[in-house]
Amino acid sequence: MSPLGTLGVGHFLSVGAILFALSVVGIFLNRKNLIVLLMAIELMLLAVNLNFVAFAHYLGDLHGQIFVFFILTVAAAESAIGLAILVLLFRNKSSIDVETFNTLKG
Amino acid sequence: MDFVSGFFYVFSAVLLFAALRVITARNPVHAVLYLMLAFSQAAALWLLLKAEFLGIALVLVYLGAVMVLFLFVVMMLDINVDAMRAGFWRHLPLALLLGALVSVELIAVLWAGFPTATVDAAVATKVMHAPDHNNTHALGVLLYRDYLYPIQVAAVILLVAMVAAIALTLRGRKDTKTIDPGVQVRVKASDRLQVLRVPPATVAAADAAKEEQA
Repeated sequence: MSPLGTLGVGHFLSVGAILFALSVVGIFLNRKNLIVLLMAIELMLLAVNLNFVAFAHYLGDLHGQIFVFFILTVAAAESAIGLAILVLLFRNKSSIDVETFNTLKG
Repeated sequence: MDFVSGFFYVFSAVLLFAALRVITARNPVHAVLYLMLAFSQAAALWLLLKAEFLGIALVLVYLGAVMVLFLFVVMMLDINVDAMRAGFWRHLPLALLLGALVSVELIAVLWAGFPTATVDAAVATKVMHAPDHNNTHALGVLLYRDYLYPIQVAAVILLVAMVAAIALTLRGRKDTKTIDPGVQVRVKASDRLQVLRVPPATVAAADAAKEEQA
């Protein structure tokens, strides 16, 4: 008897896949807004973490959860530095439009 | 449909709705609030998957700290929402097509590769599925025994991120009168006080000076 009744790993992987696709759509739609881009990246990492936790459960292996732990750490560091860069850009340019950040074009 | 499946569908539906609102909300503050809702639903899904420690950590660390950081930054910035959404409707058909393609392909592959097999009998006997299994204890043992060096590296990453974030946003204003402690420590007595050797003034010298002026 399964601990989760009729739910299989495919259910959780499908939720993760839809979540990932939604964040890809979000990156397409909000290409100008840096904050929403950062939020879409957070959603992508959440989808990946959901897959890790689902596999950890369905393989009975706790190491998958350890990986989620490290991904959360790196995601927290990434969002902190990303927001710091965002504040710095806004202070210098008075805008967070990604298309105004093109002074470094090669 | 059993009890757990019902919870799974409710949490998943709210999670996907919240994610949809994150990418379509006009107001960035609303987007952050919907992102918090999405993370809380993901934590509930993780609880269904017996990842209790990670679920609680997600609520405490993500909803409690990272999302509040997002909220602070979003509220500090004065964003012109309409300029930000230029091209939103123009890109919508392509983006929807792409998203549908990505999700349909991923789900097709995943359902074929992992048919909705539930936990099989060999796995169900593992220690993780024992009734008295303590998830936090087991994770702690793994983290501090097998993953000791990786966790130190993770701690260093967090420290570096903190230093980098502070160094990036620290603003040295030019017009303040604050004292630089380094300069203050390095100062010597001779920089502050200078002893001049002045010849003693006499009446004759003063008269000579007066004549010179006249």
